[in-house]
Amino acid sequence: MENFLGLPLNASANGAEIDRVLILVHWLIFVLFIGWSIFLVVVLIRFRKKKNPKASYAGVRNRTSIYVEIGIALFEVILLTGFSIPLWSKRVNDIPKEQNATVVHIVAEQFSWNIHYPGPDGKFGRTDVHLVSDDNPLGLDRNDPNAKDDITTMNDLHLPVNKPALIYLSSKDVVHSLSIPVMRIKQDAIPGQVIPVWFVPTVANNDSMPTYDIACAQLCGLGHYRMRGYLTVQSQRDFDEWIKEQEASLAQSQ
Amino acid sequence: MENHETQISKPKSRLIFLSTDHKTIGILYGFTGLLFLLLGFSIMMLMRWQLAFPGQPIPFIGSWFGQDRAPGGIMLPEFYNQLGAMHGTIMVFLGVVPIVVGAFGNYLVPLQIGAPDMAFPKLNLMSYWLYVLGGLCALSSFFMPGGAAQSGWTSYPPLADIATTGQTFWLIAIIFLALSSMLNSINIITTIVQLRAKGMTFMRLPFFVWAQFITGFLLLLAFPALEAASVLQLMDRLAGTSFFLPSGLVVSGQPLSVSGGGSPLLWQHLFWFLAHPEVYVLILPAMGIVAEILANNTRKPLWGYRSMVYATIFLGFMSFIVWAHHMFLTGMGTIISGFFQATTMIISIPSVVILLALLISLWGGSIRFTTPMLFALAFLPMFGIGGLTGLPLGLTISDIPLHDTYYVIGHFHYIVAPGTVFAIFGGIYYWFPKLTGRKMNDVLGRIHFAGSLVFMNGVFFPMFILGLAGVSRRLWDGGAQYQFAQHVLHWHEFMSISAWLLAVFQIPFIVNLFWSIRKGKKVRENYWDATTLEWAASSPPPHGNFFPLPEVYRSPYEYSVPGYAEDFLPQNQFFGEGLKIKEKG
Repeated sequence: MENFLGLPLNASANGAEIDRVLILVHWLIFVLFIGWSIFLVVVLIRFRKKKNPKASYAGVRNRTSIYVEIGIALFEVILLTGFSIPLWSKRVNDIPKEQNATVVHIVAEQFSWNIHYPGPDGKFGRTDVHLVSDDNPLGLDRNDPNAKDDITTMNDLHLPVNKPALIYLSSKDVVHSLSIPVMRIKQDAIPGQVIPVWFVPTVANNDSMPTYDIACAQLCGLGHYRMRGYLTVQSQRDFDEWIKEQEASLAQSQ
Repeated sequence: MENHETQISKPKSRLIFLSTDHKTIGILYGFTGLLFLLLGFSIMMLMRWQLAFPGQPIPFIGSWFGQDRAPGGIMLPEFYNQLGAMHGTIMVFLGVVPIVVGAFGNYLVPLQIGAPDMAFPKLNLMSYWLYVLGGLCALSSFFMPGGAAQSGWTSYPPLADIATTGQTFWLIAIIFLALSSMLNSINIITTIVQLRAKGMTFMRLPFFVWAQFITGFLLLLAFPALEAASVLQLMDRLAGTSFFLPSGLVVSGQPLSVSGGGSPLLWQHLFWFLAHPEVYVLILPAMGIVAEILANNTRKPLWGYRSMVYATIFLGFMSFIVWAHHMFLTGMGTIISGFFQATTMIISIPSVVILLALLISLWGGSIRFTTPMLFALAFLPMFGIGGLTGLPLGLTISDIPLHDTYYVIGHFHYIVAPGTVFAIFGGIYYWFPKLTGRKMNDVLGRIHFAGSLVFMNGVFFPMFILGLAGVSRRLWDGGAQYQFAQHVLHWHEFMSISAWLLAVFQIPFIVNLFWSIRKGKKVRENYWDATTLEWAASSPPPHGNFFPLPEVYRSPYEYSVPGYAEDFLPQNQFFGEGLKIKEKG
């Protein structure tokens, strides 16, 4: 009964409140729908022609429907002002400070996710569309001192557990949408705009589930269906280890 | 008007395709629209094969589509996207709207208000032919290099801006269709304002006419936004402008050589400024049809007629200020999203008012389960599901996991498929005797109803399950790539089989329709013992409809009036002063 909606695993700190709203709204839906259905069935049996050959000209004379309408309106006001608006405000306004978060740039393209870490210096290097090439899909300017230690991966996002992740999301070509169902986040990636999106992963991956899926939610062309990325949530130590490996292979390639 | 009275005496034009009679045009709209509905449905059945059995060759007909669409019978992702975009476009712009407004509106509005024809008969014919032109334009795009439009029926740029030639044809088609709808809406509004019969006050209009009236304003005021947007996108594609293209785009590894500086979101705003009112264009006339059928088959007046009318007016107004709830995830702040959430919650109230009024209208009735009534009754809970599932989508916070998933598809299909399409079926069974003087077969009608109800739910209900599990829409393989989707993928097969069986149950309808035109049982003019004016005309009504024009004495649904012998009292029936006193009491 706890998960009667069949929601996916929740692996983030912000997911529970979203699930709570989903469940609340669906309870309202069930109650209303079942109420209406019972009314409909009763009416159809009780007022069928055989049972009730003469219709009543006036019909219902009470004002029950007004109370139902007011009830629904009140419930909606509560959902809106008590849950949706404050929780949304938390999503878009209470963005964690960069020094407390894992900051990542994600640039979507047909049909993959370019993931860009600032490296140990914590500074993102300059990018330029004219530098874009097959082995440099972000157009990262390696001559920029800030870019020297920048790590880029394709479709491979690693995050430390229990630390806020702050993603600056944009797109190179068309509108995409970053969807990570287990983190309860989804955000359109719009070319020409950089949009912050954040969450706190709370459940690290393990052997039975080595990665979480990243999906594209906005039609972006013929490869939309296979625009799949992988999120690995790991302990801070494992994450630092992974960063070190990436730095080493970067040094090797230069 | 004067022009009309001279025309009426003339013999009817032999060329029905050039007739300016609103009934002929309505029937043309109806048949064309039904053809498109069937086509859109067939397209969906093809897609459902690919979703149920991803990457397997389409049986029997796989070789029809050629190497560049389905090599070896296996549907390419490009082709899947074309089918997806065209399914939406065809169903909305070429199927449902032309049927509910072009066919039902055209045929019934003048009859129900006691007018000889539409206010502008030639404009009416022109709007039909613009619709046909738009339809042909959309269909021909399938044969363009690169195939038809494939950026979804929403055509979001930059994807649509850089798509193949089919998109250009899509835009031209939309421009024709927008023009056609605007002409049609001007005609309907003018007809209702100007040509009501003597005594037909606004509060005596059948609810269907009110629904068409508000729908007319929605079409008239919303379509210009999409028409303008389509011209802008056309310029982006053909004239090198960048209305919707920002600077610094890199497509397939190459910087795009455009001036840039545009905004992809501008298109989304303009598109949804049309497309949200468009949703109400799809549903309001359907509610009107259901209201007519319910009143007639309960043998009592609609409950809360006035509140329904006011709710419809309010709904029409509100539908212009909710559009951005389709764009909650484009990076919207708290205040703007708060505004659009609030308007979205507010607009749900008049919808609830109308639905409850229809439900309560049943109370105290003497309900006849005729074939049209079955469809009208099924409309109520089915539309209920569609409306209620809009709630979590209208709240930003619960929209996050559900946005752009199958949940959305389930939600709006419940509104337009077992909602509007059921109303269309009900309306066809209900007014068929007026159109032909014959009735449709009830046994076939009941088979059609039962099968459609079961399998529509079989197609659409599992979509909620997939959506809640997080499966994105518009995926060529239905989500087979994703780990989190694995445990719900088997529903695709279930939905596809339901869709194909749904098609099987449309056969009795098609047979019934054509068979009954020639062989259906002959029935009298007012077959349903109805009160509204269309039943005062002969079946089918002659050119000019009424001789002489009727006069209206009372509200539209005077069924089971106390003190009157029969259980229906037509609007045009003169019945002494005594009744008026009773009416007040």
